[in-house]
Amino acid sequence: MDFVHQLIQQLINGVSLGSIYALIALGYTMIYGIIKLINFAHGDIYMVGAYLGFFGVTAAGLPILPALLISMFVTGLLGMVVEKLAYKPLRHAPRISILITAIGVSFFLEYTGMYFVTPTPRTFPDVIGNISFNAGGFIINGQQVLIFAITIILMALLTYIVQKTKLGKAMRAASFDTETAQLMGIDADRVISMTFFIGSSLAAAAGVLVGVYYNTIDPLMGIMPGLKAFVAAVLGGIGILPGAVVGGIILGVIEALVAGFLSSTFRDAAAFAILILVLLIKPTGLFGKNTHEKV
Amino acid sequence: MSMLEINDINVYYGAIHAIKGVSLNVNEGEIVTLIGANGAGKSTTLRTISGLLKPKTGTIKFLDKDIAGMPANKIVREGISQVPEGRKIFAEMTVMENLELGAFIREDKDGIAQDLKMVFGRFPRLEERKLQMAGTLSGGEQQMLAMGRALMSRPKLLLLDEPSMGLAPLLIKEIFNIIVDINQTGTTVLLVEQNANMALSIANRAYVLETGRITISGDAKKLAASEDIRKAYLGG
Ligand SMILES: Nc1ncnc2c1ncn2[C@@H]1O[C@H](COP(=O)(O)OP(=O)(O)OP(=O)(O)O)[C@@H](O)[C@H]1O
Ligand SMILES: [Mg+2]
Repeated sequence: MDFVHQLIQQLINGVSLGSIYALIALGYTMIYGIIKLINFAHGDIYMVGAYLGFFGVTAAGLPILPALLISMFVTGLLGMVVEKLAYKPLRHAPRISILITAIGVSFFLEYTGMYFVTPTPRTFPDVIGNISFNAGGFIINGQQVLIFAITIILMALLTYIVQKTKLGKAMRAASFDTETAQLMGIDADRVISMTFFIGSSLAAAAGVLVGVYYNTIDPLMGIMPGLKAFVAAVLGGIGILPGAVVGGIILGVIEALVAGFLSSTFRDAAAFAILILVLLIKPTGLFGKNTHEKV
Repeated sequence: MSMLEINDINVYYGAIHAIKGVSLNVNEGEIVTLIGANGAGKSTTLRTISGLLKPKTGTIKFLDKDIAGMPANKIVREGISQVPEGRKIFAEMTVMENLELGAFIREDKDGIAQDLKMVFGRFPRLEERKLQMAGTLSGGEQQMLAMGRALMSRPKLLLLDEPSMGLAPLLIKEIFNIIVDINQTGTTVLLVEQNANMALSIANRAYVLETGRITISGDAKKLAASEDIRKAYLGG
């Protein structure tokens, strides 16, 4: 009984962590879907989001929700600027050039960030208080409730945008076949720009939620979650939105189980072992299809 | 009245000179066909008109406006719609969503609803399958979807790139009848075909393209009767 109890408790922790990976992985996968770029700077965008949330709460004294929204908006704009300045000029260059540029943008954000906010970690203020809920012996704390709520809302909103709106249909069309999308009158540049906005603002939300959850942020905080969200996106099938969510949750749960039952030293190793396994067994990921065109 | 006037365009793929000084024109209300062997440059010509490729030199005038070098997404708004080679439907979206994307440039809800009815009238099978993923359609149905999608922008000029490709003879006949019908209801058509027989039978005028150059042009019925054309393109 004790084992089952601990298992379920770890599942709760795992899903919280996984929701954060999922939010970051969504941006990875959307951007990959539309311009086939592994945006290595995405984890750093998430870091910027965390800092903007932090300053919103501390310097501006805002409540958490407005701080979150402002951070999402401003980080979204930052994503658009990065795309316009760094990636767009390389749209027709060899794939490797843009990949290396993404790594450059990543370092740029990390070290410019460090210049402005100093490398010292900051303590994210406690915005939730010490609430926790006891559901039949299982503890869910206030931070976890916030993570679940925000993640579910954002995913519902994203699903609505992608499935129902004109922008969403344009995004799907351009991801599938940019050239034919242009023949429909879709402005591919604009759609790509909007994709960076949405992906980056989701990463910002994850950054703020991590600040709230772990209480500490620093300029290099994006490196590990960025890589792990990439693993999550590959696990689910890169370019596929539900894949990113499922991949993120699975990754979070596995990490929590490894940390809870083996040792937290193996957490990160487990994440990358998954990447290797996926690449060996099903490189297209859980939701991946091998072909999508009928001849 | 001349609707589309292409004057001496040259199009390159890197160092490959694919279109070498092509001039052609399409008058309002006509069906004009562009025929030629594999690799002659037919698709390249259509893709240049649509704005997917830019001519290095030369002009393309559509309704007296120079459209050469305009981005593809703007050219659709001028009234040119293309059914690309190989259909290029959005396989992972539903039939309905494909048609909605065809009307992407429009905001007039009533007009869109009307045209949707018109498309379903022409292609009843699309209506039956409107919630199905487009990738699950048969080849012929995909061709119908690609045509319906192009019509949803209510084009003045419809560019068709090998609509008969890979279809059974009976279906080709059906598709060609529909092309004639679309033309008779007021849409000008520029038709690229390898099936020269069929194309000449419905066209007013024709151009023959050979390795990037127009070698013969004229009245479609006369070309169909000419000895040279019969030998080269119509199998005797
Ligand atoms: N993307 C490309 N890059 C380089 N060369 C190309 C490209 N597309 C076409 N070509 C070349 O340009 C020439 C014209 O090709 P195009 O596709 O226009 O021919 P086509 O007449 O449409 O042939 P088909 O009947 O086989 O469709 C060919 O020699 C082809 O090899
Ligand atoms: Mg062709």
